[in-house]
Amino acid sequence: MAALKNNNLWEEFLKGIWEQNPVFKFLLGMCPTLAVTNSVINGLAMGSAVVFVLLCSNVAVSIIRKIVPHQVRIAVFVVCIATFVTVADLFLKAKFPDVSKALGPYVPLIVVNCIILGRAEAFASKSSVRRSIFDGLGMGAGFTLALLLLGTVREILGSGTLLGIEILGGYFERWVIMVLPAGAFLTLGVLIGIFNLLSKGKKTQDSAGGCHTV
Amino acid sequence: MDIFLIFISAAIINNFVLAYFLGICPFLGVSNRIDSAFSMGMAVTFVMAITGPATYLINHYILIKFGVEYLEYVSFIIVIAALVQLVEMFIRKVSPPLYRAMGIYLPLITTNCAILGLALFTALRPYNFVQSVVFALGSGAGFTLALIIMAGMREDLDFADVPGPLKGAAITLIVAGFLALAFMGFSGIPTK
Repeated sequence: MAALKNNNLWEEFLKGIWEQNPVFKFLLGMCPTLAVTNSVINGLAMGSAVVFVLLCSNVAVSIIRKIVPHQVRIAVFVVCIATFVTVADLFLKAKFPDVSKALGPYVPLIVVNCIILGRAEAFASKSSVRRSIFDGLGMGAGFTLALLLLGTVREILGSGTLLGIEILGGYFERWVIMVLPAGAFLTLGVLIGIFNLLSKGKKTQDSAGGCHTV
Repeated sequence: MDIFLIFISAAIINNFVLAYFLGICPFLGVSNRIDSAFSMGMAVTFVMAITGPATYLINHYILIKFGVEYLEYVSFIIVIAALVQLVEMFIRKVSPPLYRAMGIYLPLITTNCAILGLALFTALRPYNFVQSVVFALGSGAGFTLALIIMAGMREDLDFADVPGPLKGAAITLIVAGFLALAFMGFSGIPTK
């Protein structure tokens, strides 16, 4: 029985990475996905911030889920999320001022990241604290992985570097377009196409379900 | 002249959707048809025109005055949620046809990055009150413009023979990439 339970928790974690990947499958959290992935390090920083906020808000929402009246639940969730985002933002500003400057307004914009409110509404408000923790970690990991993938492709092609280290030598003509906004759209479009190809047979959702149902 | 440049800059050169990636969710979700794209654009512009100045006033006369800037995000999001709710109630009471046209989009706007993004940009930049109003209107116009162009392209895309895995979101994003490329042509216009 105990083994079965652990198995379930593990699945709760895994589903966020591939089967229900928030970025490739549900198209959630598009603003940061596109905006900060012009380098791998920015993607990693944004991913970590989102994991932190998602984990904390999932736990908080799961704890208070029985005492919050149904009508005002969204407002309460959003205030919880905004509080944790403020914590993350102040932490980044104090410890990593360079990263904080590079991410700019996209750190506070985590407040309206549909992944976080979507998980609070669809999962944490109906599940135990333990399951919510694993769900938050899994979804956060899936989001971070997507960001890293996008950041890697764009940084290598756009500036010929990986994590700031030169890897493509001087003879490589840089695709400047990849680090500009247009490159973000093109790369993500192609990556979603590849994701669809690999998970063929399963129906993919083609609208931003989470944002629109919340 | 200054005001004119702020408007043009917000609407075209630094387009919220195509340069800052704000409001991508409705951009992908609602841009199937031109009329719904227009309604959504109008609803967003309307809410922006109210929340932009409102958050400006709150930032300058409450948060900065009392030295509690760290409450910025919490207070902005509460103000936005409350204003969206009020606007929805107001429109339902005053103009039922208008409510039918854009009412269903209003609850979604609370979680639209573009609205909070506007509030944050207004707080970051040294705008005065009039400039912040113009900036809000320009941003809304830019959002509507991007949404409508996208909807027009997607209506035609329905008749195109798109390879299987690229159908839906993937091809929409690639098309948006080309659109962003086209909008980069405006970036030579001086804004200062």
